[in-house]
Amino acid sequence: MLEVIQDNWDLLQDGFVGTLKLTVVCGIASLLLGTLIAACRVSPVPPLRWFGAAYVNLFRNTPLTLIFFAVALGFPKLRFNFSFFQFAVIALSTYTAAFICEAIRSGINTVPIGQAEAARSLGMSFTQTLSQIVLPQAGRAAVPPIGSLLIAMVRNSAIASAFNTTELMGTSSTMIENGYKSLWVLVWIAIGYLIITLTMSALLAALEKKLAVVR
Amino acid sequence: MTTDASDTAPKPPVLTKRDIGKDAHSGEPLVVLENVNKHFGALHVLQDIDLTIHRGEVVVVIGPSGSGKSTLCRTINRLEAIDGGRITIDGNLLPQEGRELARLRSDVGMVFQSFNLFAHKTVLQNVTLGPLKVRREKADVVTRRAHELLDRVGVGSQADKYPAQLSGGQQQRVAIARALAMEPKVMLFDEPTSALDPEMINEVLEVMRDLAREGMTMVVVTHEMGFARSAANRVIFMADGRIVEENTPDEFFSNPRSDRARDFLSKILHH
Ligand SMILES: Nc1ncnc2c1ncn2[C@@H]1O[C@H](COP(=O)(O)OP(=O)(O)OP(=O)(O)O)[C@@H](O)[C@H]1O
Ligand SMILES: [Mg+2]
Repeated sequence: MLEVIQDNWDLLQDGFVGTLKLTVVCGIASLLLGTLIAACRVSPVPPLRWFGAAYVNLFRNTPLTLIFFAVALGFPKLRFNFSFFQFAVIALSTYTAAFICEAIRSGINTVPIGQAEAARSLGMSFTQTLSQIVLPQAGRAAVPPIGSLLIAMVRNSAIASAFNTTELMGTSSTMIENGYKSLWVLVWIAIGYLIITLTMSALLAALEKKLAVVR
Repeated sequence: MTTDASDTAPKPPVLTKRDIGKDAHSGEPLVVLENVNKHFGALHVLQDIDLTIHRGEVVVVIGPSGSGKSTLCRTINRLEAIDGGRITIDGNLLPQEGRELARLRSDVGMVFQSFNLFAHKTVLQNVTLGPLKVRREKADVVTRRAHELLDRVGVGSQADKYPAQLSGGQQQRVAIARALAMEPKVMLFDEPTSALDPEMINEVLEVMRDLAREGMTMVVVTHEMGFARSAANRVIFMADGRIVEENTPDEFFSNPRSDRARDFLSKILHH
C-alpha cells in the first residue's frame, strides 16, 4: 500500500495542491459572492431582491456538472479565453455561492430586527447596518452550515477533473491505469481530502467560537 | 438623584418644565406632521394625524394598546413609511430611502422599549459607533464625548462591558447615551421603561427628566403618569389611530374631556 504514494508522490502532490488551490480560491470567491447575493436578497431595493432570488433559484436547482459544461463550452464561444482552472473556479464558485447565500440569509434572520432598527435610527446606511451590525451577529449562526457547504464544495471539486483541471480525484485514473490496486489508490486520495476538510473544519470551529456573542 | 432645589424657594423643590410652563420651549416648530395617514394592510393605524412639536417641548403620548403610539413614533424617523401626508423635521421634508434620509435620521434620536443595544459591541463602542461611522468624527473626540455621556447617565464604570452583562435599567441608560452621542435635535422614546423591573424604572425616568430640564425636545410614549406630570408640556391621547385629546398634563389627568380618555385613565389609575 505504501508503494502507491512512494511511486506516485509527484502525481499525488500535484493533485493535492490542485484540490487545495481550488478549495482556497473557490472558498473565498463563493463566500464573497454569497455574501453579496445575500445582501441583495435583504436589500430595500426590489430589483436587487429579485436578482438575488433568481440567482439562488437558478444555481441551486441546476446540477453542478451542467454548470461546468455551460462554463467550459459557453465561455470560449463568447471569446472568454480562460484556463481550465479558471473555468473550474467560476463554475464551482457560482454554484456554491447560491447555497452560501441562503446560509447567510438564515443567519441574518436570527439577528433580532431591533438591531437593524437601532442602527438605521442612528443614521447608518443599509451597507453600514449590514456590515457593522447584522452580518457580524449573523455569522455565528451561519458558520456551521457554511462549514458543511464548504466541505461539500471540496467534494464537488472532483468534478473539475473531468474538465482537464489537475486535482486530487483525477490522479486516481492515471494510477489505476498504471496497475496500482484501486483500493489503496482511493484510500490515499480519501486521506488527501480528509486533510483538507478536517483542517477547514478546525478553522471554522475556531471562527465560530470567535463570533460567539453573549446575549 | 439631582435636584434643583433652591435655598429660598419654599414650594417646588424640583424645578420642572411644567412649572415653567409653555415658555420653556422657544415655540418654534421642530417636528411637524400634517395629515399623516398610514395603513398596515386593511388596518388604518394612523388617521389624519396633525401634530406640531416645538423646540424644547416635551410631549407625552399615551393611549390604549394598539392605538398607534409606536407607529406614530416610528414614522417620525421613517422606520415606518407613511402612505399620505407630510412630515418635516426642522423644516426639512423627510426624504425617501437613501443618504438624505440617513442624514436626517441621525438628527432624531430613538430609544426603544427593548433597548436594542448592539449585542456584539461594548457599551463604549455602542455609543461611539454612530458618531464614528455616520458623522465620521475623530475617534479621540468621540471617545471623550462618549465617556462624558456614559458618566452623565450613570454607567461610566461599565464602558468596557457588553450589553448582556448590564441590568435592564443600565442598558436603557446606555441606549439613551448612544442616541445622545449623535447630538440629535429631538429624541423619541417608545415605552422606554415598559420592559424594566419596577426598581429600575426610576433611574431611567430620572435621566429623562434631566434631559427634559436641559431643554431637549422629546416625544415620549409612556404610561408613567408621574413622569408625564413632572416633565411634560403636553399630553397627547391616542385611540384607534387618532389623536383624540391634547392638553397640559394637569388638565388632562384631572379633567379629561373625551369619554375614551376618561375610560382609559380610570383603567390605568385604579387597576
Ligand atoms: N409591522 C406591522 N404590520 C402589521 N400590523 C402592525 C405592524 N406594527 C403594528 N401593527 C398593528 O398596528 C396597530 C398599532 O400598533 P402600535 O404598535 O403602533 O400600537 P401601540 O399604540 O404602540 O400599542 P402598544 O401600547 O401595545 O405598544 C396594532 O393593531 C398593531 O397590531
Ligand atoms: Mg407600542
